Amino acid sequence: MKGNRRDFLKLSAASAVALIPAAAEASADRKSADFDDVFGVLVDTAVCVGCRKCEWACDNSNSLSDQPLNSFEDKSVFASRRRPTDQRYTVVNQIEPADNNEKKNYIKLQCMHCNDPACVSACIVGALKKEPEGPVSYDAWKCIGCRYCMVACPFQIPAYEYDNALDPEVRKCTFCLDKLRKGEKPACVAICPNEALTFGKRGDLIKMAHSRIALNPDRYIDHIYGQREVGGTSWMYLAPVDFSRTDLPKLPDKPIPQATEPIQHGIFKGFIPPLALYGLLGLAMYSLRQRKQNGDSDDERH
Amino acid sequence: MSAIELPLPVRGRYFTRGVKILTAIAGVGIAVYIYRLLFGIGAATNLNDQYPWGLWIAVDVASGVALAAGGFTTAALVEIFHKDKYHALTRPALLTAMLGYTFVVIGLLADLGRYYNVWHPMLPSMWQGNSVLFEVGICVMIYLTVLYIEFAPIAFERFKGRVNLPGKLSFLNRAAESFLSLSERTLKKTLFLFIIAGVVLSCLHQSSLGTLMVIAPTKMHPLWYTSVSPLLFLLSAIMVGFPMVIFESLLASRSFKMKPELGILSSLARYIPIFLGIYLAAKIIDLTIRDVWPYLFEFSTRSVIYILEITLGVIVPMIMLLNDRIRNSVSGLLTAATLVVLGVVANRINVFLVAYQPLYADKPYFPHVLEIIVTLGLISALVLVYRFIVMNFPVVSVHPNGRERHRVSSINVDRTSEKV
Ligand code: SF4
Ligand code: SF4
Ligand code: SF4
Repeated sequence: MKGNRRDFLKLSAASAVALIPAAAEASADRKSADFDDVFGVLVDTAVCVGCRKCEWACDNSNSLSDQPLNSFEDKSVFASRRRPTDQRYTVVNQIEPADNNEKKNYIKLQCMHCNDPACVSACIVGALKKEPEGPVSYDAWKCIGCRYCMVACPFQIPAYEYDNALDPEVRKCTFCLDKLRKGEKPACVAICPNEALTFGKRGDLIKMAHSRIALNPDRYIDHIYGQREVGGTSWMYLAPVDFSRTDLPKLPDKPIPQATEPIQHGIFKGFIPPLALYGLLGLAMYSLRQRKQNGDSDDERH
Repeated sequence: MSAIELPLPVRGRYFTRGVKILTAIAGVGIAVYIYRLLFGIGAATNLNDQYPWGLWIAVDVASGVALAAGGFTTAALVEIFHKDKYHALTRPALLTAMLGYTFVVIGLLADLGRYYNVWHPMLPSMWQGNSVLFEVGICVMIYLTVLYIEFAPIAFERFKGRVNLPGKLSFLNRAAESFLSLSERTLKKTLFLFIIAGVVLSCLHQSSLGTLMVIAPTKMHPLWYTSVSPLLFLLSAIMVGFPMVIFESLLASRSFKMKPELGILSSLARYIPIFLGIYLAAKIIDLTIRDVWPYLFEFSTRSVIYILEITLGVIVPMIMLLNDRIRNSVSGLLTAATLVVLGVVANRINVFLVAYQPLYADKPYFPHVLEIIVTLGLISALVLVYRFIVMNFPVVSVHPNGRERHRVSSINVDRTSEKV
C-alpha cells in the first residue's frame, strides 16, 4: 500500500511537469492539402435552363424513385425553394428574379463534397469519409444515427430517414462514387443537355471558371463559389447574380473543423493534459491527507 | 471517515401519493419510449433535416450530464480536498451521478437512429479522434463504469454477512461471502484511483459537451457561440454540483419526513457564490472580448432569454447565497439551489436549441408532445429508482444518537416519529 502510494506520487509529479510544454505548444494545424487533383463539378447557373433532368438521373441512378422523366418537366416546383431530402439527393431551384425582365436562372443543389468537411470531422465513428477521389462517402453500417453530421454541415445538406424505425440512414449526394471509380461521370453531369455541369479535376475547373468570367465579364459576377468557402469544395458555382440571392449560404473561408479540432487536440494532446490533471489531483489528495493526519486540519474553521 | 455518521437504508413506505403519480408518468413515458423504438424518430418527435437535435439531446443528455455533476464535485471536495464534514453527502451525490448518467444513456438511445450501434465508438477501428462527440461518448462510457465501481462498496455493505441464497444454492453462501469481502478489501485499497479518475473524466466530458456546438459557427447565435464554450460548460457544471446536492438533499428529507441537514448544507452553500462569480466573470469577459454586447441589448427574443438565463440562473442565486439569513433557511437555500439548477438547464437548452438557427428552417422547432412525455417519464423513473435504492441500500447517513446531536444538524434518526 505504502509503495503504491509512493509510486503513484512519483507518477503524479512527473505528469504535472509534463503539463507545461503541452500547454505551451499550440495544437498542430492540419496541413492544407492540395485539392487540385480531386474530382469536382463546376455548376454554371448562367447556362442551366432548369430542365431538372439531373434530378431524374440522380433519382434513377441511386434508385430513389421511379418517376418517369417527363414528370420532371413540371415547373410548378419552382414556386418554393426546395432542399435536398432523404428521397432526393439533388434539387434544382429557381433563383428569384430581381424583376420581370431578368432572365430566369436556376441553381442545382447537392452535397458540396468539401475539401475539409465538417460532417467528416463531426462523425463519431468515421462513417463519413473524404475519399481520395474527392467524394465524401457514407458507410451506413458504421453509423449510429446521432445526426451530429447534420448539426455540423455548413450547407445543411445531410438528410435523415426519420420515418425508418429500423435502419435509418443519413442521405446525401454520393458524387456517384461507384461511377467515378469506373471512370464514368456522375449521372447528373452525364445527362445535362446544356453542359451547365462540367466534371473534371478541381484545379482545371477553377481555371476554366476564371476564363469563363474573363471572357464574359458581363455575364458572371467575379466569384467562384466553393473555391475558397470553408476551405474549398469539390462542387463549385458560377452565377450571373450575387450569390446572396441564391440558396448558397455566405460562409467564411476558414474550414469548419478548424473551429473544434484545435480545442479537441489541445485538451487531448498525447493524453498529457488529462494525465497531468490526474497527477495534480492525486498530489492534492495525498498531501492534504498528510496534513490532516498531522493534526493540521483546517476543517475547524468552517 | 468521521465516526458520527452511519449510512443506513431509509425506512418507510415506498408508495406515497406523489410516488404513485410519478409511477404513472414513468409508465406512460416507457410506453412512448417503446412506441419510438417501434415506429421511428419521425413518429415521436418534431425533428427534421433542419433541426436534427431537439429536446432529448438538450435536456435528457446535455442537462442530465450537467446535473449529475454533484457526483464529481462532492467527490473532489471530500475525497481529494478532505473536507470530511461533508462526508455524509458523498453517497447520495454518487448515487445521483450514477443514476443520472444511466438515464442519460437511456435517453440518448431513444435519440439515436441506430441505437443498437451505440457500442461502435468503442471499436478501435471506428475511433475518430477529431470528433468532439467521440470524446464525449468515450468519457461518458468510462465514467459510467467508474461510477458503478465507486458504488460497489455500498452494494457490498448491503449484502455482506447477509448472503442467504435459497434452497439448493445455499452451499454457495460461504463462497459468496468470501468473494464479497475479498472484493470489498481490494476495492477499499484502490478506490482512490477511481475517485480521481472520476473527477478527471468529468472535467473532460463536461467541457467537451460545450465544444459540441462550436462546430456550427454559422448557425449559432453570437451570444452563445464562443470558442471558450468548453470552459463555460465546465465552470457551469462545477457551479451546479453543490446546488444539485442541496436541492436533492432538501427534497429527500422532505419526502422522507426527516430533519434537513441544514448546517452542513448551508455551510456547503458558501462555496456556491464563488463558483457562480467565476462563471459570471468568464461570461462577461467572453462577451467583451468577442464584442457582442450590442446583441444583448437588441432585446430580441434571444437576447431577452440570454438576460433571463444569466439574471435568474446566476446573479440572483449568487446574491441570495451571500446573505447569511437566506442561506441558513431551508426555503431560502432551496430557492437559490433550484434557481442555479434551472439556470444551468436553461443554459443547455439555450445552447443546443435556442441559439441554433438552421439556414433553411421554415418554422422553429418545438418539441412534440411525445418527446416531452419521454423526458418527463425518464425523470420520474430516475426519482423512483433513486427512492428504491435509498430505501434498500446504505446511502443516506443517519446519526447514531440523533436526539442529542440535533445541534450538529445530522439527520434525525428518531424513527419512531416517522409518519411516512
Ligand atoms: S456539404 Fe455538408 S455533407 Fe457535404 S461534404 Fe460538406 S459538410 Fe459534408
Ligand atoms: S449520424 Fe451517422 S454519419 Fe452522421 S455523425 Fe452520426 S454516426 Fe456519423
Ligand atoms: S453526383 Fe450522383 S448522387 Fe450527386 S447529385 Fe449527381 S447524380 Fe446525384
